[in-house]
Amino acid sequence: MAYSDKVIEHYEQPRNVGTLDKEDPNVGTGLVGAPACGDVMRLQIRVNPETNVVEEAKFKTFGCGSAIASSSLVTEWVKGKTIDEALTLKNSQIVEELNLPPVKIHCSVLAEDAIKSAIADFRKKQQVRSGESAVSSPQPNAPAPSAE
Amino acid sequence: MSVKLPIYMDNAATTPVDPRVVEAMLPYFTEKFGNAASRSHVFGWVGEEAVEYAREQIAKLIGASSDKEIVFTSGATESDNLAIKGVAHFYQSKGNHIITCKTEHKAVLDTCKHLEKNGYTVTYLQPDVQGRVSADQVREAITDKTILVSLMLANNEVGTIHPIKEIGKVTREKGVLLHCDAVQGVAKVELNVDDLNIDLASISAHKMYGPKGVGALYVRRSKPRVRIVAEIDGGGHERGMRSGTLNVPSIVGFGKACELAQTEWRADAARVFALRERLRKKLFAALDSVHLNGAPDPERLPGNLNVSFSFVEGEAMMMAIKDVAVSSGSACTSASLEPSYVLRALGVDEELAHSSIRFGLGKYNTEEEVDYVADLVIRHVERLREMSPLYEMHREGIDLKSIQWTAH
Repeated sequence: MAYSDKVIEHYEQPRNVGTLDKEDPNVGTGLVGAPACGDVMRLQIRVNPETNVVEEAKFKTFGCGSAIASSSLVTEWVKGKTIDEALTLKNSQIVEELNLPPVKIHCSVLAEDAIKSAIADFRKKQQVRSGESAVSSPQPNAPAPSAE
Repeated sequence: MSVKLPIYMDNAATTPVDPRVVEAMLPYFTEKFGNAASRSHVFGWVGEEAVEYAREQIAKLIGASSDKEIVFTSGATESDNLAIKGVAHFYQSKGNHIITCKTEHKAVLDTCKHLEKNGYTVTYLQPDVQGRVSADQVREAITDKTILVSLMLANNEVGTIHPIKEIGKVTREKGVLLHCDAVQGVAKVELNVDDLNIDLASISAHKMYGPKGVGALYVRRSKPRVRIVAEIDGGGHERGMRSGTLNVPSIVGFGKACELAQTEWRADAARVFALRERLRKKLFAALDSVHLNGAPDPERLPGNLNVSFSFVEGEAMMMAIKDVAVSSGSACTSASLEPSYVLRALGVDEELAHSSIRFGLGKYNTEEEVDYVADLVIRHVERLREMSPLYEMHREGIDLKSIQWTAH
């Protein structure tokens, strides 16, 4: 299978490989995929709770070159964005940027799922926290991330 | 250390043609171009003579008692089709049951599936975790409707060698024909059709340093005399079993490859085995969580090393070692997005099937290449594991099977 230059570039020089402390309340973790399917992505974001801006993003991926490149690209894209902006990210943008062939589109879907899942995790933690500290305004039904 | 890149370690897929084979073939493209079926002039006679000589060379290598038992085909896929369909169609009044194994080549499995749609019944034997079927399994599967057992000599993916000798005793005793897809085993392990009681055998030139596009089907002529129905109609070449003008240059090359193998295969196999062991030992010494797929020696092809590097996906691995030609059982390398059916039939975990790499060593590989590849693989497995969430979880002592994965 021939890879695009961009896939090769991200695969050989992946950005933001690593691990954030998943216990940190400002860190959201998304773990998607399954080993049996040959793809597992873990994407983590550290969000500034005042501004909701993603200050740091890290990933680790078990998967093919396209899966690694997709996750690497997503960590680059979400950094500096607010989580609302990050939620608008579409897998088709990843496909376009990395020139993924049809057989690899699932890698981009997984990367989109990973970022959504990480944001959902962050929001859940923030809710729990606000529930603990601000008894006056519990928000059990805070708006869920706009899952497509 | 200087090695020439890229390095070829996919000799189970195909092999380069031995220069001595090329040399033998060349005159048959130009001055000796005759049609071997032209009986009326010297051009035809020269072609026919060359084909008959090649037939002898091939018959001798596999221990056939007559060169008339060799039918030339376009390759082993055609040989497998001709053997199975040919026997099924000829013996349909005798029975309609065929026995094979789940890990056979697609040329056998899909031929059997085709026959199933046409009234035949097929038993697909379950191999053990190392890829073997036993003679007892074959014995138990045989019914009074069984006409053919088709089992490979050695598996192309995991290199497991079937106990064909024991199986051949059973089929002979029961009066059932035995077809053996010997593509991977011939000239790598002992193959004598009389010793093994093989009635039909498929072989291919390009897996043994001969040219692509030519193969043969051995069809036993006595004790028992095997009859097959031709699958291609036409001029009645190959004693009516396979019509079509013979590919004389390739047949000459195939014969030459067999002649060379006759005297050289044991020494080649020993050297290839030493190279494979060198590679295996280096990888297993340097890396944890490496699994060997298939059987241990001596029930394993000398050049086959099929290993799963846990927590690293196979296609990513192949991309990392892009200057080394290997293959993988990972789904991502196949159009179907399914991991290797052979590994799954052996009960290999799907995660490990996705992580499998097959190294196929051959007679042209060198120790320097093996050392280079071992270092490269070790470095990249480590790099990819640093990038793998599964490896991190493994090191934290998390049982990956305890996690609810979101399959997609």
